[in-house]
Amino acid sequence: MNTDYLLLVLGMGIVTYLPRWIPLIFLSNRRLPEWLRQWLDFIPAAILSALILPALVTTGEPRQLNLFQPALLVSIPTFIFAWKTRSLAGTVITGMALFWGAQKIFS
Amino acid sequence: MTAAWPICLGYVPIGLAFGVLAHNAGLAPWEIGFMSLFVFAGSSQFIAVAMIGSGSAIIPIILTTFVVNLRHLLMSSSLAVYLQRLSAGRLSLYAYGVTDESFALNMTRFREGGWDWRRALVLNHTANAAWIVSTIIGGYGGQFIPAGAFGIDYALPAMFICLLILQIRGGLYVLVAVISGVLAASFSLLFPGNTYVVLASVLAATLGVFLRKVYGKGSAGKEEL
Repeated sequence: MNTDYLLLVLGMGIVTYLPRWIPLIFLSNRRLPEWLRQWLDFIPAAILSALILPALVTTGEPRQLNLFQPALLVSIPTFIFAWKTRSLAGTVITGMALFWGAQKIFS
Repeated sequence: MTAAWPICLGYVPIGLAFGVLAHNAGLAPWEIGFMSLFVFAGSSQFIAVAMIGSGSAIIPIILTTFVVNLRHLLMSSSLAVYLQRLSAGRLSLYAYGVTDESFALNMTRFREGGWDWRRALVLNHTANAAWIVSTIIGGYGGQFIPAGAFGIDYALPAMFICLLILQIRGGLYVLVAVISGVLAASFSLLFPGNTYVVLASVLAATLGVFLRKVYGKGSAGKEEL
């Protein structure tokens, strides 16, 4: 392995690790103010939604709005299934099966 | 360990695809494994390999990686609430395994109860192992594995959908999620890269805190907070 690649990976590793590490070290073992606890309480729902929705309604690079794609269509029954069952395993299996089927129909 | 299976299932096709691309960019399988071990962040690894392939210098790749992975700052902050009374060493070990997927799964389990840092750590490292192994296999010849079989590409989106549902504990959470999703989709169309995740989440969560404050005044004394 050449030195450049070694330096690249170590550099990438450090800048990736620090944002993961700093909040754990500084916020754990500490009594957080109420507003911050509430704010952090909303973060998981906000992040998950921010990760999911763009992937369902956009395609391509640079991204473009695309509402006619299997991923979005399949997400509707997947959402309903998750809402009704609250089962992670069931939702993953159902989502995959529906997506597999949708891809066959669409292509 | 079995709790990690949806993540592992999702990592395999992505890891294989990454391995193939990295191989095409001229990386040996063990160089691929080295990056997966030290960086362990899927999207930034994809971008790095694309930049290597186009002959980019080291510094721009590292800076891009930093920006792409800044969103972990929010995730670790949120996880910190559940990781109390742990030594600095254990927290440092835990930090290594914070990804979009492990964060979402562990947060949900912590909130539901019956979950502790040891189980969360095992989940992190199981997912980590699946990632490293699948990227290396991809580097050896992942192009021979049929793409898209059994809808496996939908494993992670389906997992995220269910975890989002499990995070919803009232109307305000629905509102925050909808606002965050719409903002993220809009920002993702306007700006390149993935800063839209952090931008949308921060705005939506902040709005949630304000709304709760306003709403809380109307129903003072309720244990809603």
